[in-house]
Amino acid sequence: MHWPLRALLTLAWRNLWRNYRRTLIMLLAIALGVWAMIVMSALMRGMTDQMVRNGLATLPGEAQIHHLEFLLDPSVVNNMPMPAGSLLEQLNSAPITAWAARLRVPAVLASEYASRGVTLLGVDPAQEAALGSLPDTLLEGRLLEGPEDRGILLGAGLARKLDTGLGKRIVLMSQDTRNNVVDRGVRVAGIYQARLQGDEERFAWVGRAALQELLGLEREITEVAVTAADYRAVDAWLPALQVSAGGELEVLGWTELHTFLGTMLAVQEGFVLVFMVVVFLVLSFGLINTLVMAVFERTRELGLMQALGMRPALILSQVLLESLLLLALGLLLGNGLALATLLPLRDGVDISAVAEGMEMMEMGATLYPLLALDDMLMSTAVVLTLGLLASVLPAWRASRLDPVRALASH
Amino acid sequence: MSAIVCQNLCKTFAQGEQRITGLDRVSLRIEPGELLCLSGPSGSGKTTLLNALGGLDTPDSGSISLGGRRVDQLSRGALADLRLREIGFVFQAYNLIPVLSARENVEFVMQVQGVEASQRRERANAVLAEVGLAGLEDRRPGEMSGGQQQRVAVARAIASGPQLVLADEPTANLDSHSATQLMELFQTLNRQRGVTFVLATHDPRVMAYARRLIRMEDGRIIEDGAQQPPGQPAVSGAS
Repeated sequence: MHWPLRALLTLAWRNLWRNYRRTLIMLLAIALGVWAMIVMSALMRGMTDQMVRNGLATLPGEAQIHHLEFLLDPSVVNNMPMPAGSLLEQLNSAPITAWAARLRVPAVLASEYASRGVTLLGVDPAQEAALGSLPDTLLEGRLLEGPEDRGILLGAGLARKLDTGLGKRIVLMSQDTRNNVVDRGVRVAGIYQARLQGDEERFAWVGRAALQELLGLEREITEVAVTAADYRAVDAWLPALQVSAGGELEVLGWTELHTFLGTMLAVQEGFVLVFMVVVFLVLSFGLINTLVMAVFERTRELGLMQALGMRPALILSQVLLESLLLLALGLLLGNGLALATLLPLRDGVDISAVAEGMEMMEMGATLYPLLALDDMLMSTAVVLTLGLLASVLPAWRASRLDPVRALASH
Repeated sequence: MSAIVCQNLCKTFAQGEQRITGLDRVSLRIEPGELLCLSGPSGSGKTTLLNALGGLDTPDSGSISLGGRRVDQLSRGALADLRLREIGFVFQAYNLIPVLSARENVEFVMQVQGVEASQRRERANAVLAEVGLAGLEDRRPGEMSGGQQQRVAVARAIASGPQLVLADEPTANLDSHSATQLMELFQTLNRQRGVTFVLATHDPRVMAYARRLIRMEDGRIIEDGAQQPPGQPAVSGAS
C-alpha cells in the first residue's frame, strides 16, 4: 500500500482550519495545558532544588564518611583518622568541590541558669566555609577564626534557653575516648541565626583542634562532609570514594543521610509526571470532542474517500495526522509561552508573603524556577502519547465507516 | 477491460421490523465499452446494483465477477484497491473534497495510487482541459457552479484511467444545459477511450444517450434492451 503522506498532510492541515474557531480554542487549551505543565514543573523543581541545596548546606554535604559504627553510636569513641593517602587525593580532585573534617559529638552546655544537651561541632571554619555550611547570619560577636579557636558559637535560640549572651562563659561537658566526662569553660564568641529554629538550639560550634585537645584526641575526627558540583550526580562518584575510604569507613550519600530530602526529590519527580498526566487527561476530553465533531461533520467526505479507494488505514492515518498537527502546534505555542514566562523569572520570584511557612521546608523568601529540558521533553511525550491515544477512537470510527451510509449522510 | 458478470444478486435492507428488497435475483452481463443506463423509480434497486458493482456494498447472495475476480468475496482492503485502480465514481452530489482545489481533487486519487507528482499534475491539467475546465484548476469547489463541480468529479473519475465509470444520478442537480454537456462528455469518453459507463438515473436526458437501457422495479430487472447508436439521441424525452 502506498502512503501518500503529502496528500494526507495537506488534507489534515486544511481540515484543521475548516472550523478555525474550534481549532483555535483547542489549540489554546493545549497550549495552556503545556504552559501549566512546564511552568509548574519549573517552580516545583526550583523549590525542591532550593530545599535540597539548603538542606545539604546546613550540615550533611552531599556525602559523608564515618567510622562504621558512628551513625549507630555517634560518640567520640567511634572516631576516624584524618583523610590521608588516596582518600585525601580523591577528596582534593574533581568532581568533589569541597570537603570538611569535623568532630561531631554529643555534649552538654551549662550556664549559671540552665543546661542543655547539644550536638557539638568541632570544625575548621575555612573548610566549612568552602562547604557552605557555616551559619548564614551572625547576630552578635564573630565567627570562629580557626581550628584552634577556643570560643564557642551559639544559636540565638540556644543562647536564650541558656540565658547567656555574648562574652559570657559557659561550661562545656562531653565524654573523651575513655568514656570519662571532660569539661571546660568556654566564652561565647558569637551568636548566630539559623534558617530553622531547631538548628539554632541543636548545634554549637567550636574550633576542631580545641575540641580534639579536650577529648584527648590527636588528629582524629568523627566525620568528613563532602560536596560536589551536582547533588543529583552523587551516585556517579560515591562508589570510588568508598573504595578509597577502605572497609573500615562508611561512605553515605545525602539521600541516605537526609532521607526526608531524598524522598522529597523522588516524590517531586513522580508528582511532576502525575501532574502532567492529569492536566492532559482533562485536555484529552476536549481533543476527543473536537475530533469526534470533525469526523461527524465530515462523515460524507470520509465515505467519499473510501469510495475513491482510500484504505481504512489511510483514513485512520489522516485523522491521526490532523490530531498530531494540532498537538504539535499546541506544544510549540505552549513551550514558547512557558519560556516567555520563565525567562523573566530566572532571577527569582519573591515568595516572602508565604516564606514563613516555606522556611519550615528549608526554603528561602525567593523562589528560583528551574527550567529543565527533561520536563519539556516529558511534557511533549505526555501530550503526544495521550493526545494520539485519545485520537485513536475517533480515527478508528472514521476508518470503519460504511461508505454507502456515509455517502448518504447529510 | 473484461466483462462484468452478475448472477442472482440478492440484497435486502432492514427498515424497522420490515425487510426491504434492494435486489431480487439480478443477473446481468456488461461488456467492455458499453454505455449503459439503469433506470427505474426510486427504490427500484438501481443505486443498490451500482454500489454492488463498485464494491461499495456486498450482496446477501449471488456473485459479481470483474475480470474473473469475485468482487463479492474481496476483503475490505482489496475492495478499496479495486475501486482505487479500476473504477471511477461520479455521484449525484458531486462529492468533491471542499478543502482541495479542482486540480487537487483530480490529483487526489492519483496521489493515493502513488503516481509521481509531475505526471499527476500533467494528467490532471489535461483531464480538466478535456472536461472544459481549463483555467479553473485552482478554484475550490465552493467557487464553482454545480455543472463545473460535476465536471471536476468526472475528471477525477477518469483521470487515473479506469475502464469502468459508475455514475449515480449524475445530472440530478444540473440544469438542462449542464446535463446535456455532461452526457456529451460521457459519450465522447466512451467512444474515444472505450471507457465503460454504467449510469443509474431516472433522468430521460441521460437515458437518451445510453446504448443499452435496463429498467428496474422492486429490485428486479424488468427490461433490458439496446437503443439507437450513440451520438444520435434516439428517444428524446423518453421515460
